[in-house]
Amino acid sequence: MTVAAETGGAAAPTASVLTRAGLVAGALALALLVAGYAGGRYGLLLLIGLGFGIVLEGFRFGFAGPWRALITRRDPSGTLAQLVSIGLVALVAFPILDGAGGTVIGAHAPVGFAMVAGAFVFGAAMQVVMGCGSGTLVNAGSGNPVSLMALPFFALGSFAGAYHLLWWTSLGTLPVVVFEGTTGLLITLGALGAVAALLLALAAPGTRRIPRRLWIAAALLAGLAILNLVVAGQPWGVVYGLGLWAAKGASALGMDLSGSGFWGTPGNVERVADSLLTDVTSLTNLGIIGGAFLVAVWRSGLGQGLPDLPARAWVATIIAGFLLGYASRLAFGCNVGAFFSGISTGSLHGWAWFVAAFGGAFVGVRLRPLLGLEGRR
Amino acid sequence: MRTRRLTAGLTLTLVAALILFDAARSAPLDRFKAPPLIALGSGQAAGGAHCAALPREAARR
Repeated sequence: MTVAAETGGAAAPTASVLTRAGLVAGALALALLVAGYAGGRYGLLLLIGLGFGIVLEGFRFGFAGPWRALITRRDPSGTLAQLVSIGLVALVAFPILDGAGGTVIGAHAPVGFAMVAGAFVFGAAMQVVMGCGSGTLVNAGSGNPVSLMALPFFALGSFAGAYHLLWWTSLGTLPVVVFEGTTGLLITLGALGAVAALLLALAAPGTRRIPRRLWIAAALLAGLAILNLVVAGQPWGVVYGLGLWAAKGASALGMDLSGSGFWGTPGNVERVADSLLTDVTSLTNLGIIGGAFLVAVWRSGLGQGLPDLPARAWVATIIAGFLLGYASRLAFGCNVGAFFSGISTGSLHGWAWFVAAFGGAFVGVRLRPLLGLEGRR
Repeated sequence: MRTRRLTAGLTLTLVAALILFDAARSAPLDRFKAPPLIALGSGQAAGGAHCAALPREAARR
């Protein structure tokens, strides 16, 4: 997700053993502090979030970049790794959801007009800023200025999208469709296999294999996502936490959230009032930022110069950041909450999200150079 | 030349400010009211504060 590898060559300085030991000790100390003050589950979730950040940044496992490679170069390797990871999670998540007795829930949401449109817009916006839900957090943590600029507007968009969510869903929404049990698992794995076969058939010569680092990353990411499910009782997500951060800010500024059919519900009123150190997605989001920072420092990757972008690129980043947040709430999740977690826990909306967002990505790939964001280093 | 040290530092500063702001405004933490370490098999219903969650009131419409 960053170009850390480019700065990690022979000429680049490496972090000292002391620095690296300090990074690990600092991360563990933070998790212990959260566990001590808030509770063991929350400390564990911060550690899981750190793991997500370390894997995503450390192995350069992303979502926006691989889709771009697929569209522009017919290179499916990164997208295939995503499908492998989703499949691995599904293998474990389906039996867990079957036997959890309500203590664990999936990322299940309805398909609807706004959901599909939201996924399309998200797919376009994530290609404009080259950052998805998880990618924006990872990139901000590793010092990418575009993602740092996009992140607060992503949070504002997520808050606003959730605020208006029920109006959007009233435009037309189907009942929630969930694939369950062994049949549901077989349907999910079969569909993942069919998409993989299609990608392989369309791939450019020489791109029909997944690099070793992505195999490892896919397995590690799946392990962490399963841990997230087991510990939190819900799948890995990103955008709820970002919207919550903005909701807390809005509440502090005196905004009355009771008028919102989303933020005014008892569960969300409680979330806004309680510490974000007790919110699942906030903790994993903070962990992702911290984990990416840790890897960047570990690799001495922060010495890279900042890009000189035109004003229109920053304006586009702000607008795309807001749209990423707003659209992902209408779509019931981003690449993580809807695509990764939705499909791996059997929700039809995850598949609808995939198709619509991929369509949007085609538009985003073409918009990016027009907005002055191409060639950023 | 400005480097990513500046922007990564800004990100961490923003995160720290967010946590401090939240600590000043939110209900105090009480680890004795914390949920069990692992949700699976805990007997407690999942919270549902997730990106895919539609408020129950709307889902019933």
